Amino acid sequence: MKELFFELSQSWQLEPLEMTGAIALWLVVVSAIVLSFVATFAGVTSWVERRVAGRMMSRIGPNRVGPQGFLQWMADGLKCFLKEDVIPNEVDKPLFRFAPYLVFTGTFAAFAALPFGYGIVAADLNIGIFYVTAITALVVIGILMAGWSSNNKWSLLGGVRSAAQIVSYEIPSGLAILSVVVLAGTLNLQAIIAGQGGFPWDWYIFNNPFTLMAFFIFFASILAEGNRTPFDLPEAESELVAGYLTEYSGMRFVFFFFGEWANLWVMSALITTLFLGGWQIPGVADLAGVVAGVQGAAKTLWILLSVVVFFAKTLVLVFVVIWIRWTLPRLRVDQLMVMCWKYFVPFGFLCMMGSALFVLIAQSPLGETVHLVVRLALTGLGGLVLLLFVRRTILNVRELQDPFYFKVLE
Amino acid sequence: MLFEEYMVFTFIALGMGFVLMALAAGALIRPKRMDLDKRNTTYECGEEALGQAWYNFNPRFYLLALVFLIFDVEVVVTFPVIVALRQWTELGTGAIAFIEILLFVIILVIGLIFLWVRGDLEWFKHIIDPTPEEEV
Repeated sequence: MKELFFELSQSWQLEPLEMTGAIALWLVVVSAIVLSFVATFAGVTSWVERRVAGRMMSRIGPNRVGPQGFLQWMADGLKCFLKEDVIPNEVDKPLFRFAPYLVFTGTFAAFAALPFGYGIVAADLNIGIFYVTAITALVVIGILMAGWSSNNKWSLLGGVRSAAQIVSYEIPSGLAILSVVVLAGTLNLQAIIAGQGGFPWDWYIFNNPFTLMAFFIFFASILAEGNRTPFDLPEAESELVAGYLTEYSGMRFVFFFFGEWANLWVMSALITTLFLGGWQIPGVADLAGVVAGVQGAAKTLWILLSVVVFFAKTLVLVFVVIWIRWTLPRLRVDQLMVMCWKYFVPFGFLCMMGSALFVLIAQSPLGETVHLVVRLALTGLGGLVLLLFVRRTILNVRELQDPFYFKVLE
Repeated sequence: MLFEEYMVFTFIALGMGFVLMALAAGALIRPKRMDLDKRNTTYECGEEALGQAWYNFNPRFYLLALVFLIFDVEVVVTFPVIVALRQWTELGTGAIAFIEILLFVIILVIGLIFLWVRGDLEWFKHIIDPTPEEEV
């Protein structure tokens, strides 16, 4: 986006002072565009999640407000906007009021470095992935603050549990990120995508057995960091009411959930970027060269195509995360911690070192051939698993006694 | 020019500002009836709340935070080395760098094994009662 701005500003012929103003305006406009995207995404996802949940539980879900209940999220937002802001007498008021700011900002600020398409990124940071992991850690502080300041036993336990869970799972997710970074040799998210290709065997997930393992570790860890099921212990309603949210109401409550759904995009976009080839269009080996070679509408079209590819992958992952939520039961708190420290952390170290070893092997004379064979074999394995899954689904549908009932919209 | 850094600060400021604006705008129109009885008491499933919630809680959270601190610092320290590994490989010194990282990781894994054997990674800790059962 920076290039676009300097292209534009050169044609305007601005004075130095006007230039400063133009930069300030540009910064505000870009971040406002991203904010409206985040707000819309979080809202629509809240509706999608409830509809999907309804379908998976053989019920209908919200369908009254607007066509197919699509405007439900606006109605909910408006309702919470008009709700009384109850702050109990016993709470630590400054901290209680400040916690939603941290939770929302921690998630929203991560969008600054996230790519949306080829060259479409608000701030093309050279330490992109490091920045994202660092800034999302603000959420932990917000949650801990909310839990402690509420002066409620449920909140305290929920907040402390959540903090323990998030910080624990930060280690395996960091190690999984490192096993990709060692292949890319950079922390810049755009450059990490540029190091991959359009087809699955060019993606980092199938690069070597260790990144395949790292993919699953990263996926599970990031689910745990986002407090999503099966790791949503902080909000385990059967034991902790609503965890750290217990005392919140109205708009402050909304911002916690706002952050949670915005985080859904952050985690899916990160997985797409690191493992699934990001905006790389299948069949186009060098998108940067293609875009540089054309002008005007063709250039816009190529960039738009890359955005479509990125959004398609990310939205599929968003659906998978929602799907997991309504499929798997919740883990027990001791199982959660054992899984992190006794399985994910040691295997995370293995992934990192194995991936580093593969970088060395790929550089050796025979390495290139070996690497290609490994990549193709792993892609074949992935395709086989997908095939088995589809076959199993078809068999299950056939075995149903009743005629198969499936209508997405009703 | 620090274009990217300004963008990040704008994002943080806008995130904070958005929450502030939404809460301030809501304050103008939402009802304020905090004088109603029992409304602003602590929620405890319909019971009167017993005492404060700021009591001593299980120290295992504290131990976990300490363990996290060690390993998180490790990940942060490893980031720059891992980024540079590819360049070193192209220069022909990749194997040395790899062995260095491996040594670092092995030291940390020994630490993890130590914690594991010591039982700090267990969620349920069993305190062995020193007095035998017959005497009780």
